[in-house]
Amino acid sequence: MSEVWESISPDKLMPPAEEVKTELLAKYPTKVARKRAKQIVVNKVGPDCSVPEILSNVRTIPGIITQRGCTYAGCKGVVLGPTRDIVNITHGPIGCGFYSWLTRRNQTRPASPEDFNFMTYCFSTDMQEEQIVFGGEKKLRQAIQEAYDIFKPKAIAIFATCPVGLIGDDVHAVAREMKEKLGINVFAFSCEGYKGVSQSAGHHIANNGIFTHVVGLDDSIKGGEFRLNLLGEYNIGGDAFEIERLFEECGLTLVATFSGNSTIDQFANAHTADLNLIMCHRSINYVAEMMETKFGIPWLKVNFIGAEATAKSLRKIAAYFGDPALAARVEEVIARELPAVERVQAEVKERCAGKKAMLFVGGSRAHHYQELFKEIGMTTMAAGYEFAHRDDYEGRKVLPSIKVDADSRNIEELHVEPDPQRYSPRITPEDKARLALAGVGFKEYEGMMPTMADGTLVIDDISQYETEKLIELYRPDIICAGIKEKYVIQKSGVPMKQLHSYDYSGPYAGFQGAINFYREIDRMVNSKVWKYLKAPWQEHPELAATYVWE
Amino acid sequence: MLLRHTTAEVIERTALAVNPAKTCQPIGAMYAALGIHRCLPHSHGSQGCCAYHRSTLTRHYKEPVMAGTSSFTEGASVFGGQANLVQAIHNIFTIYEPDVIAVHTTCLSETIGDDIPQIIAKARDEGKIPPGKYVIHANTPSYVGSHITGFASMVKAMVDYFATADGRKENRINIIPGYVEPADMEEIRRLTAEMGIATIMFPDTSNVLNTAQTGRYAMYPPGGVTVADLRRTGNSTGTVALGRLASGPAARALDSKCKVPCEILDLPIGLQATDRFIDTLRQIAGVSVPDTITRERGQLLDVITDMHQYFFGRTVALAGDPDQLVALTEFLVAIDMWPIHIVTGTPGKKFESRIRELTREVPRPVNVKAGGDMFLLHQWIKQEPVDLLIGNTYMKYIARDEDIPLVRFGFPLLDRIGHIYFPTVGYRGGLRLLEKILDALLERRDREAPEESFELVM
Repeated sequence: MSEVWESISPDKLMPPAEEVKTELLAKYPTKVARKRAKQIVVNKVGPDCSVPEILSNVRTIPGIITQRGCTYAGCKGVVLGPTRDIVNITHGPIGCGFYSWLTRRNQTRPASPEDFNFMTYCFSTDMQEEQIVFGGEKKLRQAIQEAYDIFKPKAIAIFATCPVGLIGDDVHAVAREMKEKLGINVFAFSCEGYKGVSQSAGHHIANNGIFTHVVGLDDSIKGGEFRLNLLGEYNIGGDAFEIERLFEECGLTLVATFSGNSTIDQFANAHTADLNLIMCHRSINYVAEMMETKFGIPWLKVNFIGAEATAKSLRKIAAYFGDPALAARVEEVIARELPAVERVQAEVKERCAGKKAMLFVGGSRAHHYQELFKEIGMTTMAAGYEFAHRDDYEGRKVLPSIKVDADSRNIEELHVEPDPQRYSPRITPEDKARLALAGVGFKEYEGMMPTMADGTLVIDDISQYETEKLIELYRPDIICAGIKEKYVIQKSGVPMKQLHSYDYSGPYAGFQGAINFYREIDRMVNSKVWKYLKAPWQEHPELAATYVWE
Repeated sequence: MLLRHTTAEVIERTALAVNPAKTCQPIGAMYAALGIHRCLPHSHGSQGCCAYHRSTLTRHYKEPVMAGTSSFTEGASVFGGQANLVQAIHNIFTIYEPDVIAVHTTCLSETIGDDIPQIIAKARDEGKIPPGKYVIHANTPSYVGSHITGFASMVKAMVDYFATADGRKENRINIIPGYVEPADMEEIRRLTAEMGIATIMFPDTSNVLNTAQTGRYAMYPPGGVTVADLRRTGNSTGTVALGRLASGPAARALDSKCKVPCEILDLPIGLQATDRFIDTLRQIAGVSVPDTITRERGQLLDVITDMHQYFFGRTVALAGDPDQLVALTEFLVAIDMWPIHIVTGTPGKKFESRIRELTREVPRPVNVKAGGDMFLLHQWIKQEPVDLLIGNTYMKYIARDEDIPLVRFGFPLLDRIGHIYFPTVGYRGGLRLLEKILDALLERRDREAPEESFELVM
């Protein structure tokens, strides 16, 4: 399955990674250095794709200045944010709802002007001191009633913020009560910000909630051939639209996307699909696992970031369904799309080849986007995730050896069993084995590190200090991270590409997205602006005694 | 329609806030703390608070915004955040070497009742605070007030922790500029310098959140009020505080702590508020107003005269923060515009009565609400449409749906770059505001004018 990239030729000017690591740790207090030493790893890929162990999904060190956000952000912001027809009520003081209001660039396309679209709205109980002292359930109940009276939605979701858990409001009881009373789906998430160690816990809580309260509510088969779900694609900058376009042209039927450009009805019907595709392994792999256990839907890891990866993913899907007409259509689409991609690739490569990138972002993007850089001849010097786990770094093969610590134990694991009526394996074990031999491996994700060159640095939950140090030591040509890092990097004279918001451009998925990304990176790493950093009098500060022009 | 579910009919709400016109206290405290030289703000709560505040401030300023967090986990939430904060203080001073750590609390640490002064004392006892370095704090529970009161609390903390009176009165005036932009602070400094008045301004985010691109990142930019200056505020002859809500508490604290008398004024936005600001400075500093400033005033007045025909009788809907809205409303009324829908999310009864008083002469019914939200404002607009909207970026959804021109003003402005360089305070700031308002109105007129009455000269 996994392909090891051709080893990059180490730049002679680059300090060796081990030395860089020592430098990164030198200033830290002993305890901090000891922990960070396990989260900063010099990559080395062994013969069977084995890589060094990296400490991840552990608590952030207080005061270190992290990229990470909280569980609420992962739950309400990331996973439920892109679903347009649920009224998402934040139960808490106003800030949490305010900051997660339209800030993640999830695009959505309601089918008609009359369709529900609540994504432009922010709903909050705007908790006051009175509720902190006397409890907030009454206000929450009233808020749900008001939301229902005004908006008449088909579903309302409640998101608990930090104080809610502390004062003991039972958001689930309120949800049950209001569901009964209003006759619409009302469900709650205990996604208090302090739970877990990062957004990742919030993804998990959100997905468990959707799986428990929504998936499987609608058994109707809506028709269409080759029915599949796309999991872990959040439609930032229209990525999902590009993928939807490709699916349509290939003749694939998208039952549900979790959760870009989605509706709650799609989730309810998702269990009728015959294949699950996983984009972002980190945020949702367990949903695919649960859907396989409960309904018999197998899953494949795909990647639509990068033209080659997109083609490969489409072929995998075609191989799974084993339909010659589908396979032919997929080849047609690839053949139609690739020439434009290759034309731009060749043009951009001339100006970008050999340039160096670093990516510190998210839980899958730091891996996926290396594909796009590779396609224009750029190398990745260092990369890391903000909130991923060991399996995202080292591959799923390490899953059995991951120790579950106290913080992870706080996040509920659902116990799922085959559904007595609806479990139906979509593929026989024999076919699975046959496909695996042909390179279509189920439940497989090789992780980021086996695809990175030896001697590159892999850094989990990078700190502000380490980011600054790396810029100083490596002088990369571009860094990918998030909004909080954006201007630190640019003020250092290095172009910076946001991979959460895409800097308000995109899409970058699929073939068209690859073209957009090549052009964007070309613009950035070859921008004239970096030549103007010094004023003429700073370039030539020597005094010129020419008061008189003679 | 982007806000397709908003209808004109107002259904009374007592529990549900929709599309807020405020955010929470900690972000204001973080912004204020950035106005201290070599200070690292620190958020004592879950790491998401800090991430959200830094992200929002960064999106507004397009500048690096640094802050630490105590990164609470479930354990800290149960057993208290002391260990996390002590550890954070130690790590921050070791790794990032600020002069000051300014801790603000969150709903989480307030609900569990963490005692910040006690934790700071413990950190000091354990030698975690190097000599000559400071840790200050402000209590900013998110379930009280808004980002504006959070700002006010951190500014007051600067007084509580640093201001000292040693009996020597120094001929100098403290300026508390309010929750305004770095460019506004620069403009206020320019005006006081022009008048020949020695000042200490705190906080001061100029040259912190509008720094130059040099190719070299500095975690602590050149700007910000120094600790030495903050100490000396106790010896100043007086304080001029701009913005009652954002600056009042610090000014009063300085009065009671160091006997520095204060004048609490409206933000100097627009003609009359700037007049009062300049005149107050003149009187308490005992200087005369230089001709250059009188000329600036005259220029503003001249533009008002020239533009008056386009302003007269145009209705406006406003959302924003109380100090800004009070000054802006007065300005709009002064140029004969009619602000008729005014909403702030920040609670406080005084706001409504002040706006009522300022709009007394507006010949239309005026809707005003403190503790309201943009959903309500939108409903008012649907009932009684207006010619112009003034507010933050979230207003653009209303502007697009209702097809009403929008002048971006306030916090946050997430979708435009450059606003941080141009003040809206003072006479020159007034000029800029008027230019923006007139541009918006005339662009619309040009767009809608029938061909035969499309004007070359306006």
